[in-house]
Amino acid sequence: MAHTETHTSTGTAPAAEVEVVRLTDVSVDYDGATALEGVNLTVQRNDFLGIIGPNGGGKSTLLKAMLGLVPATRGEVRLWGEPPQRSAGRVGYVPQHSFFDRDFPITAWDVVLMGRLSRPHVLHRYTADDRQRAVQALDTVGITELKNRPIGEMSGGQQQRVFIARALVRDPELLLLDEPLANVDTTTQDDIYRLLADLRTRMTIVMVSHNLSAISTYVDKVACLNRRLYYHGSREIPPEDVEAAYGCPIELLAHGMPHRVLRRHD
Amino acid sequence: MFTVLGYEFMQHALAAAVLAGIACGVVGTYVVVRRMVFVSGGISHATFGGVGLALWLGFNPILGAVAFALAAAMGMGVVTRRTRLSEDASIGVLWVTGMALGVVFAGLAAGYTPDLFSYLFGNILTVLTSELQLMLVLDAVIIATVLAFYKEFQAVSFDEEFSRVAGVPAGALQLVLLALIALTIVTVIRVVGIVLVIALITIPPSIARQYTTTLSGMMRLSVALGVALSVCGIALSYVLDIPSGATIVLLGGLVLALVLLAKRLRPTRSA
Repeated sequence: MAHTETHTSTGTAPAAEVEVVRLTDVSVDYDGATALEGVNLTVQRNDFLGIIGPNGGGKSTLLKAMLGLVPATRGEVRLWGEPPQRSAGRVGYVPQHSFFDRDFPITAWDVVLMGRLSRPHVLHRYTADDRQRAVQALDTVGITELKNRPIGEMSGGQQQRVFIARALVRDPELLLLDEPLANVDTTTQDDIYRLLADLRTRMTIVMVSHNLSAISTYVDKVACLNRRLYYHGSREIPPEDVEAAYGCPIELLAHGMPHRVLRRHD
Repeated sequence: MFTVLGYEFMQHALAAAVLAGIACGVVGTYVVVRRMVFVSGGISHATFGGVGLALWLGFNPILGAVAFALAAAMGMGVVTRRTRLSEDASIGVLWVTGMALGVVFAGLAAGYTPDLFSYLFGNILTVLTSELQLMLVLDAVIIATVLAFYKEFQAVSFDEEFSRVAGVPAGALQLVLLALIALTIVTVIRVVGIVLVIALITIPPSIARQYTTTLSGMMRLSVALGVALSVCGIALSYVLDIPSGATIVLLGGLVLALVLLAKRLRPTRSA
């Protein structure tokens, strides 16, 4: 599990802040509705940003805008100062779990190798290096022994690890995860958090979740999204921001250690 | 009955069955896992326009079918991507427009057009050598393309969004796949006919899926099943003296039903 090849030691704040993501006044219209409106966001290198917000609040759209999958209707999306299409090789993406076809005949190994694909790779076979990296990625997420299992016969947690491995096999500098803790039992949630906590020493992570309690101690910055983004570059969110985002009264409870963001049940 | 194998028409029929079975096994696997069965049905019926045009202008209907199948496939790809028309609706429009064109063209063709029926429901006993050569070329093109883009097709089929993020030209590959479906349909038209094409594209991979867990495994088994079903169907139709295309389809349906029943009675793979 603990696969570490840290190039720079980044225990605390990195010496030179490098801007990885910058969204300037980004609006996205999607299927005739406004999914994002006037979003401003900067993510620095080695940030671990958690984005929370209600379902349909535009969280997935925000990630897709960062990936260049949906165009910004207004405003500008930049990764390392360039349009997202230019940085395909530097980004790892773990899409929302529920959207994949469980019935598709494919093994975990083939899914992970898929992460090595790129435009120049077309018409070439997978290399020994590709396979070596896939072995490493499977080891990192701790499912080496399941590599030949069809994806449809795995548990939700195992599938999620496969998708994380597929993102890691690209050796990304920026990792984007869409609801990585959905359909996963609490033990696996903790495992995945520990994995992300380990990964954050060597990459920038942006994670999206509709579940406030899922954003736990590991995340060091939290933003709140419901069409508009509420973000102050810290782990604390003022209650009025959460209320504005969720449109209903929510209490933020700081239980000392660990710091948690909880929603009151109606 | 084996003396019949000495006749050229029967040799041609069996060769056509084998070539169709190969194309269907390979491309049908993508069609089934990507749930493109009705896209294939739309393209298939659209080829009737090409058959009618060829009968009217007096060239080989298979060439008309190739042109219309490719045009329909590209049309599908572009229309669903560039307009607000849903895939479902565009399939329906394509389906009936092709059929209507075929009927109009065939009506313009002077006199009696007995061929029409054989293109709709297949008449494998009248396959020409030139048609077999065309089928062989189409099979070669299909297999070469699938070998060249295997891992990209797999990725785009499984997770198109991720493929795009990775930099795979997913849109272009989708059009290539549609073109492969079009070519496959052309190889099958002589065997089972326009109306029954989706049976050979759908049934062998659906049976194969029950026993395989990888795309390549599913393809190999589908090819074997497609060839076996076509050949057995022809033999059966000869013995019983019933139409060959329909016999192949009914045999395939029966085998699929038995396989599903057997799986239900003795489940080997947990869903």
